[in-house]
Amino acid sequence: MSSLGNLLSGLKSFPGGIHPPDSKELSKSAQVQPFLPPALVRVLMAQHIGAPAKPVVKKKDAVKRGQVVGEAAGFVSACVHSPISGIVKDVEDFPSPVTGRPVASVVIESDGEDAWAEGVNVRQDPMSVEPKRVVELVQKAGVVGMGGATFPTHVKLSPPPNAKIEHVIINGVECEPYLTSDYRLMLDQPDRIVTALRLIMKTVGAPRGHIGVEANKPDAFQALSLAAKGSSDVQVHLLQVKYPQGAEHMLIKALEGREIPWKGGLPSAVGCLVHNAATAIAILDAVEFQRPLIERLVCVTGEGVKIPANLSVRIGTPISAILEQQGLHDGANKVLFGGPMMGLAQASLDTPTMKGVNGILVLRNAARWQRRPCIRCGRCVDACPYRLIPSELSILGEREDWDAAAVANIMECKECGCCTYVCPSKRPIVQLVKFGKSELARKRRAQEKPKK
Amino acid sequence: METHLLVSSSPHIRGDDSVNRIMWTVAAALIPACAAAIFYYGAGALTLILMTVACCMGFEAAILAFRRQNPRDAFDGSAAVTGVLLALIMPASSPWYFPVVGSLVAMGLGKHVFGGLGYNIWNPALIARAVLQLAYPSRMNLSGWPQPGLRLPAVHAISGASPDATSQASPLAKEMLQKMMDKFIDRMDTYAGLLVGGLPGSMGETCRLLILVGGIILICLKIVDWRVPVFYILTVFVLVALLPPPEAAKSNSWLSDPIYHCLTGGLMIGAFFMATDMVTTPITRKGRMIFAAGCGLLTVLIRFYTAFPEGVCYAILLMNTATPLIDRFTRPKVFGYVKPPKKDK
Repeated sequence: MSSLGNLLSGLKSFPGGIHPPDSKELSKSAQVQPFLPPALVRVLMAQHIGAPAKPVVKKKDAVKRGQVVGEAAGFVSACVHSPISGIVKDVEDFPSPVTGRPVASVVIESDGEDAWAEGVNVRQDPMSVEPKRVVELVQKAGVVGMGGATFPTHVKLSPPPNAKIEHVIINGVECEPYLTSDYRLMLDQPDRIVTALRLIMKTVGAPRGHIGVEANKPDAFQALSLAAKGSSDVQVHLLQVKYPQGAEHMLIKALEGREIPWKGGLPSAVGCLVHNAATAIAILDAVEFQRPLIERLVCVTGEGVKIPANLSVRIGTPISAILEQQGLHDGANKVLFGGPMMGLAQASLDTPTMKGVNGILVLRNAARWQRRPCIRCGRCVDACPYRLIPSELSILGEREDWDAAAVANIMECKECGCCTYVCPSKRPIVQLVKFGKSELARKRRAQEKPKK
Repeated sequence: METHLLVSSSPHIRGDDSVNRIMWTVAAALIPACAAAIFYYGAGALTLILMTVACCMGFEAAILAFRRQNPRDAFDGSAAVTGVLLALIMPASSPWYFPVVGSLVAMGLGKHVFGGLGYNIWNPALIARAVLQLAYPSRMNLSGWPQPGLRLPAVHAISGASPDATSQASPLAKEMLQKMMDKFIDRMDTYAGLLVGGLPGSMGETCRLLILVGGIILICLKIVDWRVPVFYILTVFVLVALLPPPEAAKSNSWLSDPIYHCLTGGLMIGAFFMATDMVTTPITRKGRMIFAAGCGLLTVLIRFYTAFPEGVCYAILLMNTATPLIDRFTRPKVFGYVKPPKKDK
C-alpha cells in the first residue's frame, strides 16, 4: 500500500498519483448476485458521450426485453434497449444524473414475464464472426465504455484507417476506492475476458493483447493469468496500487511507457486501444449472444449501506429499489454513481442506473469542507499525473480568469481529483476546473455562432 | 433521507492533511530549538518566545477581524510558526518591544498587506527581522549580543587568532590533502561546538544540532522538501570553497572555511525553516532546487563581498522575490506534450 512498498515491488506504474485508503474490503468478498428486475424501470436516452438516443416507442407500447427503445442519433451515439418486458408507461424528460439537465427517458412497467425480444440472445461462435460484423453487432447492442467514460464502443472499435493499433489493453485496474464490480467480474469470468480480448484484437488487427490488474487483486491476476496461460499474444500485468492507475492515459504510460498526445489525442496515436473489463464482457455478449447491454454489474457499497453487495442489475433500475433491498444506515447522506474520486453525487433516489454506473456508493456523515487559501505546499503539483499546476488553476478559477486558465492548460485536466484529495487547504480544485471548462466551452460556442 | 442528500463535486473523500496540522507540526518541530535557546539564555528567552508568539497570533486575530474575516484563523498555526521563528532569530538581549514591533511588522507588513495566508511574497518573520535590523542597528549588532550561558572553550579560539593563520597552500596535491585533513581534525572541536551551540548569535540559531533534529522530522513527515536544505547548504559549501575569499579572510582563515560557513549564522535555521516556507518559495520540485541554490549563492556573495557579515536573511528575502519568476520557468511539460510544428515561412 505504501509508496515505498510500491517502489520496492518493481511493479509498473506512472509518476504522480495518490494512495487513498482502498476501502474495498466492504464488498470485496460478496459474490455476484442477480438483482431481481424491478416493477418499474426508467431508461435514459443519454447514457453515453455523444448525441442522446431518440425514443422510438410511445406510451402504452408493449416492449420486450432487449428491444430497442431509443435509436442512436448518429455514429457517435448509442442505442438503448428495454431491460425488461412490459408496457411503456411514459416517455418524459428526467434530470440527467450527469449534467442535471433534462434528458428524454422511457418509463417501462414490467409485465413480470421478462420475455426476450426476437433475434436477441442467440448463440454463435464469436471468433468466427468477421470484424465488420463485430462492430455492427456491438453498435446494435448499444455497448459503451463501462468504466465510467461511456464512450460508444463501436467507435473505438473502428479506429481511423491511418492508425495502426498494436496493443489492445483490457483495463482491470479498478483503481477507484470502494468499487469491486470489475474485480468480481475478473474472478468469475477470466476465460471470457481473455476471449473478449482476442476478439477485440482480431477486430482491430492488433497483434498484442494486455490485461492490467492492480496488485491489490492478486487472485484476479492469478485467474486471468491462468486463463491466458500458454499464449504468446496475451500478457497479464500486475500494476502498482496507485490512483488513477486505471485512467487510460496512466495505464498506457505504465504498460507501454508512452504518453497519449495532449489536446485530445487518442490512444490510437500511440498504437493502443483500451477497453474496460466490463466493456470487454459486454462486447463478447453482443457478439456471442447478440445480447444488448441491458444488465451490468453494480457494486453497492460504502459505510452507509447495511449489506454491501456486487449485483447484476438491469440498467434503468432506480437507486431506491436497490438501496431498499440492501438497507441504509442512519446518517447515510450522500449517494454516488461511481467511486469516491470521480463519482457523481445524486440528488434523487428516483435516479435510474445507467450503462456507465459501475457502483452505487453511499457515504455516511459526508460533510462539506471548509475552503482555505492556497498555501502553495505543492502537494497537488506532485500528485497531478497530468503534470499541471492545479493550485494555479484553482486560483485562476476563483478569479474566473478562464483565458489565463486556458493558457495554464485547464483543458488537459482529466478531473481525476488527486490534487483535491491531497490539498491541505481543502480547495475545490476539480469543481473549479469543471466550471472553467464548461465556461470556456460556452465561450467557444458563442464565438463560433456569429460566423454563420 | 431523500431530503438530506448532499450533492457536491468530486472527489468525495479527502486526505487528512490540513493547513492547521502542517503549521502546528512546523511549530512543534521548532520546540527543540526553543529548548536550546532557553537552556543557553535562561527564562528571558522563554519570555521572548512566548511574547512573540502571543503578539503574532493577537495581531493576526485583530487584523483578521478588521478585514472582516474569521479571527479564529489566527489559531491555524501559521501565525504561531511566524512567531516562533521571529523569536528565534532575535538576539536574547532583545528589549520587550522587539516582540511587539516585530510581530506587528510580520503580520501587517509581512502578511496581511498582501492578503493574508498564502498571498504574501516574502517570509513574514524575515521581513520583521530585516525591519528590526534597519530600525535598531545597534541592538541588532552581533558584537553586542550576549554569550550563551554555556561556554565552550574550543569555540573561544575563533575570536582570537586562528591556529593556522600562517599556513599557506602547498603545491603538492598529496600534501594539500594531508593539510586539509590535519586542519579538519584540528578544527573538529570548534565544529562540534558550533553544532551544539556556544557562539553568540540570535537565540534560536545557536544550537544547530537541535534545529537539524526538527528539520529532519519535518523532512520525514514530508512537510519540508529535503531538496531545499540540502541544495542550500551544499551550494554554500561549494561556493565558499571555490570563490575567492574576502579581504578579511587573510587575517582570519575561518572566514574561508566551508564547514565553518555552513555551521555559522542563520544558515541552518534558514535552510530548514525559512527557505522551506511553502507560501514564499516555488511550487515545483525543480523550482525549489533552483531557489535553494540561489539562496546559497546570495548568502555567500553577501557574506564575502558586502559590508554585512551575515547574508541568510537577505538571501532568502531576495529569492522570495524571484519565486514567481522561478515558478514561471519551471513549469512542467504537460502530459503528452507535443512540440507544436514550426510554421513555414
